[in-house]
Parts: sequence; structure tokens; C-alpha cells
Amino acid sequence: MDYSNLRRQAASMKKSLFDQGYLDEQFCQVEDLQDEASPNFAEEVVTLFFKDSAKLISNVEQALEKYPKDFNRWDAYMQQLKGSCSSIGASRMKSECMSFRDYCGQGNVEGCMRSFQKVKREHGALRQKLEAYFQLLRQAGQLVLLELPPGPGCKN
Amino acid sequence: MEVTAAAGACCRGRGDHHAGEEERSSAKVVVPVGSDGAEVEPCVIAVDDSSVDRALVTALLRRSKYRVTAVDSGKRALEILGSEPNVSMIITDYWMPEMTGYDLLKKVKESSKLKQIPVVIMSSENVPTRITRCLEEGAEDFLLKPVRPSDISRITTRMLLH
Repeated sequence: MDYSNLRRQAASMKKSLFDQGYLDEQFCQVEDLQDEASPNFAEEVVTLFFKDSAKLISNVEQALEKYPKDFNRWDAYMQQLKGSCSSIGASRMKSECMSFRDYCGQGNVEGCMRSFQKVKREHGALRQKLEAYFQLLRQAGQLVLLELPPGPGCKN
Repeated sequence: MEVTAAAGACCRGRGDHHAGEEERSSAKVVVPVGSDGAEVEPCVIAVDDSSVDRALVTALLRRSKYRVTAVDSGKRALEILGSEPNVSMIITDYWMPEMTGYDLLKKVKESSKLKQIPVVIMSSENVPTRITRCLEEGAEDFLLKPVRPSDISRITTRMLLH
């Protein structure tokens, strides 16, 4: 197994996630919390994020359907999702959450509906990309977790 | 990954050394003893309904060598506080269902048994009136999420002087 090649691919993939704005510096903070005692901490936190965020998105979806024009309720649910996005550095998703909240503030139903679709799209895209990233890390084995220097987008 | 604890049990931090051990050499700290006579290590209770944020704040605190119990509600935190003998700090999210971090802060400060425990509030929103309200109610500090290692350093340094 060519671990060095896999490491390069992982580094390149991570750089791409930062360059395309999917992730921000907070993701580096999460990865920095990994150590020998918790070598898979970042993946575990990301797994928790997607478990929670799926539920929160479902809450928003139900609220949009069951509570028409209840912008306060919609906003409250989206605030939780935005918070979670912030915590793991899910930058593009966080931006769409903020956009939704802005539309709530304006009382703009159509805007809310449109931005909610974007939130869901970004959620799906991020999930796919992070799954691929962690899959690659797993393929490269522990060598990647211990030796891979902070990638572009993460400060030393 | 999920950190939960039965009442009276706190999870050990990483490493052999805890902040409590280091504190004893530089500040006089009275460490309670359990029923078996063994010293009870100080424990931080982390309260957040978000599993992501619980995991993050727990990891940050453990990196600072604290023993941490993470719970998902103020109600659960009060249960732990009723049985855990040596809580050195509570760090809680502000916005939680049923009991907010502010409600928890108030209950702690109204209790003769608990009021000496420092309480730190975390929030993802920078709302000045919220911050003021918490500080006036006796919160030790107010952290904006996502919480950073420097935030934990600041509050733990303050705890050493507490």
C-alpha cells in the first residue's frame, strides 16, 4: 500500500475542502484535539454532527410545513443547526443557515424555502466530501493521523 | 465518544496529572475525601444539549487535565451536583430546552451548598444583554462558541486563583 500517495491525496482533499469554502479554521481546531488517546476524535465529532444535523434539518422541515410563517420557530431551529455548523467549521453550510435566518428576520417565506433547500444541499455535499476524506484517512492508516502535517488551511 | 456518567461518578481526564494536583503546590486547596478516605479529584461539569459541543468542550477541558462529566441538560447537572463532592466548575451552554444555562446559574447561586462553584456560560450568540444578565447573576465568565483552547486557558487560570 502506497501510504505516502494516500497521504498526499488526503492532504490535497483537505486543501480542496478549505479552498472551496466547505470548511474553515474551526475544523483545524477539531483535528487538533486528536491525540493518541483519541486518534479518531475528528471523525467521531463529525459523525455526531451529521447525526444531530439530520435531526435538526428534519425539525426545520416539519416546522416549515406545520407552522406556516412561524418565523420565530423556524429561526430557533435554524439557530441550533447554525451553531453546530460553527462548531465543526462547516463554513458553507453555516452561511446558508445564516441566510435562512436573515430571511426569517425579513418575514420572507419564499426566501426561507429557497435557502432551506440550499442548506440541505450543502449538508449533503459536505457529508459526501467528509466521508470520502475520512475514508481516505482510514485507508492511509495511523501513519496519516500521526504524521500528516497540518494541511493548507490549517495553521501550524 | 458520548460522555455520560452515573450520579457520583466523574470521568477521568487524560494523562496522569490533573489540574487539581498541580494546584495543590501553588494554592491552598482543600480536597474533599470520599467515604473510603481517598481524595476526590476536582471535577468539571460540562452542560450542553448539543452532543457536538459536549464532545468539544470535554476534549478541551481534558486537554487541560480536568476530570469532566458531560451532561445534556441543566436538570441532569443538578442531579450530579447533588452527589458529586468536588465540583470545581460548571461550564454550561446558555440556550438549552427546559432549563437554560441562565436558569441553571440562578439555581446554583441560590443554593447555599453550590453557590461557591464557579459557573461559566457558553453561547453561540453575542447578545450583550444576555452576557450582562449572566455576569450580574454571578457567572464567572461568558464564552462565545465555538470555544477555543485560549478560552479554556483563561477560565482555568482564573479557577486557580479562585
